[in-house]
Amino acid sequence: MLTKLGSVFVRATPRFILPDLPTNFPRMNIHEYQAKALFEKFGVAVPKGTTATNHEAFVTALAALPEGPTMVKSQIHAGGRGKGTFTNGFKGGVKFCKTKADALAMASNMLGQTLVTAQTGPAGRKVQTIYFTVASDIKKEYYLAILLDRATSRPVIVASTEGGMDIETVAHDTPEKLFKVLIDPAYGIADFQIRDLISKLGLAGAEAKNAAKLIRNLYTMYWETDAAMVEVNPLITTPTGDVLALDAKVSFDSNALYRHPEIVALRDLNEEDPKEIEASKYSLSYIALDGNIACLVNGAGLAMSTMDIIQHFGGTPANFLDVGGGASKDQVIAAFKIILGDPNVKGILVNIFGGIMDCNVIATGIVEAVKEVGLKLPLVVRLEGNNVVAGKATLAASGLALVSGDTMADAAQKIVKLVA
Amino acid sequence: MAILITPETKIIVQGITGDFGGRHAKLSLDYGTQVVAGVTPGKGGQFFEYGTHKVPIYNSVADAAKATGATVSVIFVPPPFAADAILECVDAGLDLAVAITEGIPIKDMIRVKRAMTGAKTRLVGPNCPGIVTPGTGKDSFGGCRIGIAPGYIHKKGHVGVVSRSGTLTYEAVFQLTSKNIGQTTCVGIGGDPVNGTNHLDVIKLFNADPETHGIILIGEIGGNAEVEAARWIKANCKKPVAGFIAGATAPAGRRMGHAGAIVGGAEDTAAAKIAVFKECGIEVAATPSDMADALLRAAKAKGVTLT
Repeated sequence: MLTKLGSVFVRATPRFILPDLPTNFPRMNIHEYQAKALFEKFGVAVPKGTTATNHEAFVTALAALPEGPTMVKSQIHAGGRGKGTFTNGFKGGVKFCKTKADALAMASNMLGQTLVTAQTGPAGRKVQTIYFTVASDIKKEYYLAILLDRATSRPVIVASTEGGMDIETVAHDTPEKLFKVLIDPAYGIADFQIRDLISKLGLAGAEAKNAAKLIRNLYTMYWETDAAMVEVNPLITTPTGDVLALDAKVSFDSNALYRHPEIVALRDLNEEDPKEIEASKYSLSYIALDGNIACLVNGAGLAMSTMDIIQHFGGTPANFLDVGGGASKDQVIAAFKIILGDPNVKGILVNIFGGIMDCNVIATGIVEAVKEVGLKLPLVVRLEGNNVVAGKATLAASGLALVSGDTMADAAQKIVKLVA
Repeated sequence: MAILITPETKIIVQGITGDFGGRHAKLSLDYGTQVVAGVTPGKGGQFFEYGTHKVPIYNSVADAAKATGATVSVIFVPPPFAADAILECVDAGLDLAVAITEGIPIKDMIRVKRAMTGAKTRLVGPNCPGIVTPGTGKDSFGGCRIGIAPGYIHKKGHVGVVSRSGTLTYEAVFQLTSKNIGQTTCVGIGGDPVNGTNHLDVIKLFNADPETHGIILIGEIGGNAEVEAARWIKANCKKPVAGFIAGATAPAGRRMGHAGAIVGGAEDTAAAKIAVFKECGIEVAATPSDMADALLRAAKAKGVTLT
């Protein structure tokens, strides 16, 4: 069942596939409050809400909401906020409050604090925006998402009657409660498909009518904004027949951002790793990991397998770093500086396959970069390809304490030994 | 016979007047490839001159194909115009379009793929290194090089290579050539989630090609294309196959939303794909340095000669 759902969009940079890595590519993430503003623009119903970024603004923000039960929601890009814990010991990044006065007090516990969730890693994320919403009466919770189905190269709507739960668990334990609708991109979403899905979800009457409108509008938003994924968990029905998106998680295809300046304006650099931002300035694709052997590689597949081979020989990779096809001196210098910004790094492995590029040019760049950054850590360089003999000679004549590796296996074993 | 392209194949370069397209058109000409036309809208009638070569430029793919008899085009145009460039190849009735361009919006590719349903044109890529069928000359000169791969690392022979990654393909080819094992054709299918030709399509072609005696299948985490190919190999392919999956150390579960994670699901990880490879009789390379050796082991077990 699940394998048929198969293979959806799990791409992390335009050049390689790494699911789940904390990089802004190939997706740009936005906050829940921003996603809900987009929902409203496209006619997807959400509970009324307002935001504040400082304590003084809480009162003004809350004044825009009616008196009564209010949700207080920390705005960070990672999921699992409700079950998260702040580093000051306070539990829960999303809270229900019976009154606006309670909400005001609650918000003070969250703003400016660092929230650690299952998805943030131990460092957590600083909460810089609080989102207040009207707490809705919930009749029943559902799950709704739209994303790419890789197996068919079509958009797919995934929906379930089991909302508010971990959808992976639902898929595993009760696959019969998960529904999938493939959309033909030539026609777009068809009415009969929406009717069929709503019927499977067990909705009727006013709920069915409102759900149909929501699903159609959500699909339009997904398609028109070049979204990579839109996820609503939970989608709810209320006792009065309304259908609302209670949460919203939206990401966009980075390759399409050039035609969506309004989406680019939603980018929050506070949510991105400063090292990754720095790397992107030099066209480097960098992802921090928690090992101690840094690597610098040209090509995504080779970079991934360099991490793998470090682990294969008993080391732990400190990062993924792809310098692209070129590996110029400036790029190598920038890469070394970024790598050295990670205090865990105890050694560096450079692995370059110079197919078209002259290995001697690359070697010269490496030597200059090492001198410029004053590198003290063990460094193993594996060069292969065009004019490699001259490149190795340049490395050997440099007077630097770097070690040459012949094959990837040889180089990986050498760096693992040097770091051990 | 090689697959997809032979040294006789005539090719068009879309974007030949750009830096990237021009540089690689020159490298292909150096390799002895039949680059017979360039296409840049608005520059029809001009020529791409390089050494003794004088390649005519046309305004459209249809014009270029009609004038030169070219059946294949390689696309170097920038991402916003790449989908259009692919559809132009379909409209001109070419056999093959190879899209090198990196960074094409996913939505554009979803639409292109739908529009190509039933068309005779095959798409390889996008975001791929291209295809090489090595020639018989020095450093495999005289072959057909489409895209951005280094031609000289190849050697004409009997192994087929298919991969999503460029540099990892070069690594495999380099290992083979260093061991004096040549290749029929090396195909980079590209790393994008929506692409034209997948692993299985290429495996079927290699399986049907009598000159291909063994296959190296290089994959990555994400998607289930490798698994699909492996299952087909188990049922249909008698040739020795070696496989490698990159990304065993890529950590899971951080940024992705839930739906992606499920749908990505259990067959998505390197460990799961490697397990399927083993179950399907594919000799798994433990490290990227082991790819050629893994194929040698597979060939020995089946009593097949690769050279």
